[in-house]
Amino acid sequence: MNKEISLTVNGEAHTVSVEPRLLLVHLIRENLNLTGTHIGCDTSSCGACTILMDGKSVKSCTILAVQANGHSLETIEGVSAEGQLNPLQNGFKQNHGLHCGFCTPGMIMRATELLASNPNPTEEEIRWGISGNLCRCTGYNNIVKAILHASATMQGLEPASTEPQFV
Amino acid sequence: MIPQSFEYETPSTLQDAIGLLEKYGEDAKILSGGHSLIPMMKLRFASPEYIIDINNIPGLDYIKEEAGLVKLGALVREADVEHSDLLKTHFPIFADVAKQIADPQVRNRATVAGNLAHGDAANDQPAVMLALRASVVITGSAGARIVPIDEFFFGFYTTAIQPNEILTEIQIPVPPSGTGSAYHKLERKVGDYATAGVGVQLTLDGKGICTAIGIGLTNVNPVPLRAERSEAALLGKPINEATIAEAAKYAAEDCNPSTDLRGSDEYKRAMVAVLLKRMIIKATERALA
Repeated sequence: MNKEISLTVNGEAHTVSVEPRLLLVHLIRENLNLTGTHIGCDTSSCGACTILMDGKSVKSCTILAVQANGHSLETIEGVSAEGQLNPLQNGFKQNHGLHCGFCTPGMIMRATELLASNPNPTEEEIRWGISGNLCRCTGYNNIVKAILHASATMQGLEPASTEPQFV
Repeated sequence: MIPQSFEYETPSTLQDAIGLLEKYGEDAKILSGGHSLIPMMKLRFASPEYIIDINNIPGLDYIKEEAGLVKLGALVREADVEHSDLLKTHFPIFADVAKQIADPQVRNRATVAGNLAHGDAANDQPAVMLALRASVVITGSAGARIVPIDEFFFGFYTTAIQPNEILTEIQIPVPPSGTGSAYHKLERKVGDYATAGVGVQLTLDGKGICTAIGIGLTNVNPVPLRAERSEAALLGKPINEATIAEAAKYAAEDCNPSTDLRGSDEYKRAMVAVLLKRMIIKATERALA
């Protein structure tokens, strides 16, 4: 039997009728047409479906849509004001942190919570912090740099050089 | 992957949740963090007819100290354990284990109680609770009963929880000063189940004699295993190279791992011995600190 649920997504209120077995990621992508949230492994390993639920990063492939009733979600579509990249998006752009781009929305949503709880993380803390997000291009170095870049920007500091370092 | 259809209930009190369990019996499953149950439902390994979601029951997410016990409510998330100052004070083992369970997003949802209630010897918290000699509170319509962790795990996915009951609280005795604890699992990558895992809590007196010891093993036995002979090898004795070696030897002999993708029976036994040595040393260092 369908359940009617009410939730807020990127500040916008929605009321939808869903089957209890509908996964949250399917609600987001197919009912709300927010396809920035990706489905990678579908087994809560890869993190491509990461969104924020009440500010906490979660894997939306392993939550039922009905469980989002009464909660506030944020997806990649909600992170920036119209036409303006936020510091994390800009960090990814400046540091070539996107590669193929598939994992990027999940990486940015995860990094959003990471920087909210720890505004000045070490490289090691970032690597642990994104341990639930897989980049199939194995572009982790630039992703870590992107998050460090965002951390610096958000603290009003000068980010490290984005020039490639040859050793 | 999409689970089979089910009816979804969201009770707002524990009494209502137990009432629903009484009504639906074995056709119902409790949903807390859902990071074991939902994957199993997606794979159709589990197809419950009724899901009883306890996430909307207020007052089950406490971590508190009362009458010599640290108590964790049913909805304490792994991430809560990772960041709890109260747990850090008494149990450094939680900082070890929390970081090694799955990944940050999963820990934001997954619950400690669910990690036990799932009854999987591959999970990490069972070995930790064996090391800490915890008990669990299981609540049904007739009231609550307290079950020591040693009497909780019955077999693969089978525990002392009856179909009309809920695991509502974990109780861990506050250890005396001079106690240290540690956990480590050997894993192939972040988020993997343990190839082998070992949790240790030990207490030393002023002369360095071990006066209390708990050792739990992860994923090297059909049920979470207490290394009893290893404990006996250390209890009442000083922690030194000889007693550590004896404890490690017994744990390797007494576990019963399966040969699988993560390694052979022989390899896993060898790793249990290595990890136990390291965790005894780490727990001892912490006890002396």
